[in-house]
Amino acid sequence: MAYFLQQLINGLTLGAIYGLIALGYTMVYGIIGMINFAHGEIYMVGAFVSLISFLVLGAAGITWVPLMLAIVLVISMVFTSIYGWTIERLAYRPLRGSVRLAPLISAIGVSIFLQNYVQLVQGARIKPLPPVIRGGFTLMGDGDNFVVQLSYLQIIIMLLTVGLMVAFTMVITRTDLGRAQRACEQDKTMAALLGVNVDRTISMTFVMGAALAAVAGVMVTMYYGVVDFYIGFLAGVKAFTAAVLGGIGSLPGAMLGGILIGLIESFWSAYFTIEYKDVAAFAILVMVLIFRPTGLLGRPEIEKV
Amino acid sequence: MIMPSPVTRSQPGGPALLEVEHLTMRFGGLIAVNDVSFTANDREITAIIGPNGAGKTTVFNCLTGFYSPTVGRLTLHGANGPVLLERLEAYRIAQLAKVARTFQNIRLFQNMSVLENLIVAQHNKLMRASCFSLAGLFGLPIYRAAERAAIEKARYWLDQVNLTDVADINAGNLPYGGQRRLEIARAMCSEPVLLCLDEPAAGLNPRESAELAALLCKIRDDEKIGVLLIEHDMSVVMKISDHVVVLDYGCKISDGSPDHVRNDPVVIRAYLGEDDDDVTASEVLAAAPAVTVTGGRS
Repeated sequence: MAYFLQQLINGLTLGAIYGLIALGYTMVYGIIGMINFAHGEIYMVGAFVSLISFLVLGAAGITWVPLMLAIVLVISMVFTSIYGWTIERLAYRPLRGSVRLAPLISAIGVSIFLQNYVQLVQGARIKPLPPVIRGGFTLMGDGDNFVVQLSYLQIIIMLLTVGLMVAFTMVITRTDLGRAQRACEQDKTMAALLGVNVDRTISMTFVMGAALAAVAGVMVTMYYGVVDFYIGFLAGVKAFTAAVLGGIGSLPGAMLGGILIGLIESFWSAYFTIEYKDVAAFAILVMVLIFRPTGLLGRPEIEKV
Repeated sequence: MIMPSPVTRSQPGGPALLEVEHLTMRFGGLIAVNDVSFTANDREITAIIGPNGAGKTTVFNCLTGFYSPTVGRLTLHGANGPVLLERLEAYRIAQLAKVARTFQNIRLFQNMSVLENLIVAQHNKLMRASCFSLAGLFGLPIYRAAERAAIEKARYWLDQVNLTDVADINAGNLPYGGQRRLEIARAMCSEPVLLCLDEPAAGLNPRESAELAALLCKIRDDEKIGVLLIEHDMSVVMKISDHVVVLDYGCKISDGSPDHVRNDPVVIRAYLGEDDDDVTASEVLAAAPAVTVTGGRS
């Protein structure tokens, strides 16, 4: 029981991170119908920026954790937002209106570019970060001396994710930007005729997705304590799986999918073999695509005759 | 070529609301609109009629930034002074020139509620009030007030088109006639100075058509804006239009009051077809291939 509970906690933490990245995929897909394969790399850039900021802040003597965390979050969100905006502007917008495959290939190109760029400027070795937040609660002990730990960091990750998802849902449902995004999603031409600046709305979508990925990057850096230039690929593909599992284009679906993938991965590693945890996640992707291509919460496309 | 002098009813001294001068739109070798000039005034309903394929919708598409015309100038004399429509992107036309339009096939935001459809139309005002949504996210009073005003306006138009009871259902679930009315309400929520309606009466039953005609007259008289109307339902056109422009094969063949147009032999010929050797008809339709059509092409 204790073991199960521990895996549940770990799985939810991991799932929260996947969910944040998945939101970026699903938003971009919703608005321009394209899978932004460079999104995982945005997350990796966010992790690197956060690592550098932590080290710089530490060197500058700012060690009060809440302040440190706030500054790092803001810096990495700003940086990745600029990356997101620039990528959309340079690599995707010129291809809009071209064949569907063109921006997809461009996205893969951007992804390769960012990986190599970071490898070049930061080096290929794994970068460690000393733990920033230590300690936690001990929930229960077991007969076999197994102790269920809920660290402060895990609590922060989950709270921050829930907070962001609530704020994000508010933006989409309540604000005018969100309304414009939903309008563009349904009919860009008509939205433009009503005075919505479609290009700017799409840019904002990329910026929002990138900012969420940055938060995920910050949290992963703190959680695992290591960063390298290649983490974006696997995390990106898993978050994509999460988005597909929840139903691509559906925001609640992305959050749900992220949490499910996190749980599946963590339980698989705990009860089966840890080596094959990625296989479990991707087997889910294959099965969803075969049996339920619209995902758990996705709307099936109804073609009217 | 018969070109009756266009009726201009604008206030003495002031230019017409919309001036279309020598509009030509070519698609490769096809000339969809050929040297068409006309004007539309505010507080008037200007109808554009003509057989299928006459280029009416192409004129609309040029006006609203879908196409950039091959030749021609489209000037709108709105509140902000003259604006050249052919130089603006679609979203700037709605923002700056304040031209709104509806489509032949209904293009509502199907998955949004009826009310939200009307609020999207007020996007620009809300965006400015909320500093690009920042104020909206934190629920600042400045945005709250703007949003209340937007809802108030939406509610006014919902009342006008009798959709108040269904404000919260998805637009896609409205019956057909309701969707048509909602499109007009949405266009009106963007506070246009020129409202372009592409076949608003298509698919409506006679009672709904009559209601639509009354609504359009009300918009013209109460809002004091110009209405540009493409319509095949002649009972509606002849009843409510102040000014009718007739197109055939991309050329303007007649322009004037409904009575003038109704009795214009060229128009009758274009609609009913004629296999005679009338010089004027063949001249007018020279640009087009064989026009000898039996039966009406409306």
